[in-house]
Amino acid sequence: MNTEITGIIFIFLTTLVLSYPLGKYIAKIFSGDKTLLDPVFNPLEKIFFRLSGIDASKEMTWKQSLVALLVINAVWFLLSMFVLMCQGWLPLNPDGNPSMTADCAFNTTISFVSNTNLQHYSGESGTTYLSQLLLMLFQFISAGTGIAACAIVFNALRERTADKLGNFYNYFLKSCTRILLPLSIVVAVILIFRGSPMTFDGKDTTISMQGDTLNVSTGPAAAMIAIKQLGTNGGGYFGANSAVPFENPDYLTNIVENASIFLIPAALVFALGFYLRRKKLAWMIFGVMTVCSLILIAPTVYYEMKGNPAIEKMGISQPLGNMEGKEVRFGPAASALWEITTTNTSNGSVNSMHDSSMPISGMNAMLGMMINAIYGGVGVGFLNFFIFIIIAVFISGLMVGRTPEFLGKKIEAREVKIAMIIFLIHPLLIMTGTALASGLAAIDAPMGWWYAGNATGWLNNPGHHGFSEMLYEYTSSSANNGSGFEGLGDGNPFWNITCGIVMLLSRFLPIVGPVAIAGLLAQKKYIPESSGTLKTDTGTFGMMVFAIIAVLVGLSFFTALALGPLAEHFTLFAK
Amino acid sequence: MKRQRQSKLFEPALVKEAFKQSFIKLDPRILFRNPVMFTVEIGTAVMLGVCVWILMGENTQGSFAYNFIIFIILLLTVLFANFAEAIAEARGKAQADSLRKTREDTPAKLIQPVGELYMDEIIVVSSSKLQKDDVFLCEAGDIIPMDGEIIEGIATIDESAITGESAPVIRESGGDKSSVTGGTKVLSDKIKVRVTVQPGESFLDKMIALVEGASRQKTPNEIALTILLAGFTLIFIIVCVTLAPFADYAKTSIPISAYISLFVCLIPTTIGGLLSAIGIAGMDRALRANVIAKSGKAVETAGDIDVLLLDKTGTITIGNRKATNFYPANGIDENAFIKACVLASRADETPEGKSIVELAYSRGVQAVTPHGEGHNVTFIKFTAETRSSGIDFENTRIRKGAFDAIRNLCKQAGNNFPNETAEKVRIISSNGGTPLVVSENEKVTGVIELQDIIKTGIHERFERLRKMGIKTVMVTGDNPLTAKFIAEKAGVDDFIAEAKPEDKMNYIRKEQQAGKLVAMMGDGTNDAPALAQADVGVAMNSGTAAAKEAGNMVDLDNDPTKLIEVVEIGKQLLMTRGTLTTFSIANDVAKYFAIVPALFISSIPVLQSLNIMGLHSPQSAILSAVIFNAIIIPLLIPLALKGVAYKPIGASRLLRRNLLYYGLGGILIPFIGIKLIDLVVAMFV
Repeated sequence: MNTEITGIIFIFLTTLVLSYPLGKYIAKIFSGDKTLLDPVFNPLEKIFFRLSGIDASKEMTWKQSLVALLVINAVWFLLSMFVLMCQGWLPLNPDGNPSMTADCAFNTTISFVSNTNLQHYSGESGTTYLSQLLLMLFQFISAGTGIAACAIVFNALRERTADKLGNFYNYFLKSCTRILLPLSIVVAVILIFRGSPMTFDGKDTTISMQGDTLNVSTGPAAAMIAIKQLGTNGGGYFGANSAVPFENPDYLTNIVENASIFLIPAALVFALGFYLRRKKLAWMIFGVMTVCSLILIAPTVYYEMKGNPAIEKMGISQPLGNMEGKEVRFGPAASALWEITTTNTSNGSVNSMHDSSMPISGMNAMLGMMINAIYGGVGVGFLNFFIFIIIAVFISGLMVGRTPEFLGKKIEAREVKIAMIIFLIHPLLIMTGTALASGLAAIDAPMGWWYAGNATGWLNNPGHHGFSEMLYEYTSSSANNGSGFEGLGDGNPFWNITCGIVMLLSRFLPIVGPVAIAGLLAQKKYIPESSGTLKTDTGTFGMMVFAIIAVLVGLSFFTALALGPLAEHFTLFAK
Repeated sequence: MKRQRQSKLFEPALVKEAFKQSFIKLDPRILFRNPVMFTVEIGTAVMLGVCVWILMGENTQGSFAYNFIIFIILLLTVLFANFAEAIAEARGKAQADSLRKTREDTPAKLIQPVGELYMDEIIVVSSSKLQKDDVFLCEAGDIIPMDGEIIEGIATIDESAITGESAPVIRESGGDKSSVTGGTKVLSDKIKVRVTVQPGESFLDKMIALVEGASRQKTPNEIALTILLAGFTLIFIIVCVTLAPFADYAKTSIPISAYISLFVCLIPTTIGGLLSAIGIAGMDRALRANVIAKSGKAVETAGDIDVLLLDKTGTITIGNRKATNFYPANGIDENAFIKACVLASRADETPEGKSIVELAYSRGVQAVTPHGEGHNVTFIKFTAETRSSGIDFENTRIRKGAFDAIRNLCKQAGNNFPNETAEKVRIISSNGGTPLVVSENEKVTGVIELQDIIKTGIHERFERLRKMGIKTVMVTGDNPLTAKFIAEKAGVDDFIAEAKPEDKMNYIRKEQQAGKLVAMMGDGTNDAPALAQADVGVAMNSGTAAAKEAGNMVDLDNDPTKLIEVVEIGKQLLMTRGTLTTFSIANDVAKYFAIVPALFISSIPVLQSLNIMGLHSPQSAILSAVIFNAIIIPLLIPLALKGVAYKPIGASRLLRRNLLYYGLGGILIPFIGIKLIDLVVAMFV
């Protein structure tokens, strides 16, 4: 078999196999069971709790947890705004990079607090080492926030009636110290050995063959790359992310990094199974996610390896497939796998230029972000999937003639309302954002302070592809993904602020909603299963969830996808 | 003989009324209650505006004829939805009217207490003048003017007007069968009845109001579904509004008619238009089963029932026990024993007592009279204390009664209870029979075996319930051994033996605490608390006013197996909503493929690759989609009214089946339907 194909099958399967034991470990952490790392972390965590005066054994209601979550995120928001806007005169700035503008700092802060890591700046020149360290901290914090929210939902779904759903701070800290930190250390060490820089020295210099002196940016990169992948953050140390040899030196690091993208998200599904002792349910969810993922990966790999008909018409042979915007050391298949996994999981790191992918690949990447629950972001991926489950449970419950229930709790008007609102946010933000930008571009409006020049100026490509670029940018923001189609002139107040608002709304509301539903369900009476209960851990129900995802997402985004990638695809492949 | 309540789906008179109503319901104040159809009405109004605009000289919106046709189709969509609701209402109302007819104005013999001598005076007034707590008199041949409770007397009553059952029933004061219903006829005797309801507030009146929509409240599931549909409507508002700048960017001008057509096609008009009709039809089906539901919620809850409490007598077994065997004790002559049994049962008017005499006759024992009849003969009546009855004459005392009652009687007299009789008692009990021990002068003479006759077909009904996931519980006054035997034979899952009224209540509480929904049927006043406690309490129409007040449904047929039908009606109601929602949303796939390529045919011709149905032209594509969207509503009215058939094949299989029929079918059918309509439309465009 083609080694490229073998390579991606290996990456995909290995990750899924590894996610199973990791899921078991995460379930232990959530349950507070003993683990191997206790002697190392127990004293450390005790210090944290003593310093902050938090009693980790005190259980909180879902509302208290959400308040805690939002308050600490607000504090980080302010801290980050301060550091980014003052980085120029703060320490750890050997390259003398300037402070960020307010709108760029706003976008960057939200971007990192919201686990999006949409970067409208380039790491080499836009930030200092202090800022990079701060952003790295946020990569832990935002990932930990997501995992902690997920833990609260797991707790709420247990077989009982309860108000108190564990301690948020405890879940949060343990997610960072017990899950993210150890794995990051492992990944970072592998990267360092393969050549990623890890230093606080300033730019390195080297003499090129022509005799010119080159200044090469370095810094504490390996540590950041590890957590950007594991925490589904995606914010690279360097502008071109994991396409840069410093970030992703060779195929081995590519395997490790690509696996890190969806390892924890997949593991969390198994963690649900172990934690609730409902392994079949976990397999159902895992099955639906994996089927969705394969449906998106297969055509992407096919079109990337097939090559571009426009180049073929020019008489150029493409033995490797579509190599535009790709790294030779990875090739089209590994780039395609990365493109889909990174968009499925709200990670957003890239190892190729998505703008140069085939239209169908670009569409599949966008579909992954539009669904945003195929494994999904750490913690939040499951929360999004939970919303689809609630809607599926409701409709299928009616279809079998019984008031819908999920895990022994009745799904009623309030839960349906929240689920529907949370689902609506995503298409609302993506479609109105794209409508705003494309509407402005259509009339080529002068933008004033928002953008230097007229609106069409931010498009590097006209027509369908330009439309895809704008659609992708908002989809990526709303999915808290952070990858860019690039090619779009997004480093300006218009894009910084609109995308910032989109990221903010689409981060916290979709956490608040599912936690609220779970909290409300937890308070309800537990109804043991009877033979009339619709079982949610079956293939049939899996089909139902799949159908709901396909139909809801398809119906919401059909027009946009038809005018962007589909129109481009049919044009490109027109006979 | 049951009266047939099946009428054709579309009776001309009802259709005429519904037709009129569908126009009246265009009033936005009425339509506002249904957000989906309300938005369609707004769309229709906008199209009317566009038509007027074109007549005034606007020329960018296409031809007047085309726009006007779209306007007409949209108007028809709203009218069809209104018609669905109206026909459901009309059918329900017709059903209720046929019941109401039974209580047309009848003369009532109102009793008025006069002075302190308690001499009652009777004045004849119209039944409509009767107030709550008035007392009236009914004699043989009278029609009972109003629902009430017998306070004095006993009568046979012909209730066929209500139940369709021609055999007369006995109603008497005091017991659990003291209720009479207006419109029924007294056949014999004389009763005094106290009116229990205010005029216009009887259960039937309430039901009619529910069907007519005046007091129809949305049920919890209906509210949740409305929210879901409103959510879908919002998604498509976003899709259609954002399409304008998208189209501007693609340098395409889209006429208003196309936006509105796309929007109306996408929002779930099919389910939105049929939703209230489905709810009304559910109530109507309950009424057709002769069950009056006090709220739509009760019918819906019935579909969720986990536990069903059923009285043994009358539900599982036919009426009462019958004597099947005489077992004389050792050394007692069989013939003499049977004679003693007959004597002991002479004054026993209970069905059991009569069956003993019947059995004795069939064994060839002729009428027996106690020695010295007319002299010292005393009949001993059954009391709860002695738990035995019998006869005393001369020097003979014959008693028959429960095993332990007779044993105590004999022991007190110093006589032993013979072992072989005790053994017989045990065998009878464990075979589901009821042993009745007979003693003569405090010495045991033998046992009579009484047996329950289990209704034919009841086993299959319980099997069906089990497949639905419902646990059946038999409630009986029998001892645990007998109860267990019958429970096993009939196929119920659990039983409450030696049940006292509070046992039912406790059982219901226990199940509810475990999160189960419980249904029960009852008639007596002492059932009232349990009926109120149960999630679905079905009171028999013959039951006491207290029981009827406590329950949330009243069964006019007094048929204890009716609960099973009620459960199925509830399930059907939810299923019909669920499947039509799925169907409605699945339809959108084809509509997208019809309309989107049509919108961009001039600016992005490559999108014709999405025109997989090969529709004739943009106009015909849009028209076909809108027409399909409109006519699917009347086509589905029969399904909405009859309900989706419920099959107890397990939830997962049922889901798979409905997903295949209504999900996959919902995706495929519009592709075929729109293509066919397009073939026809293409001939005109």
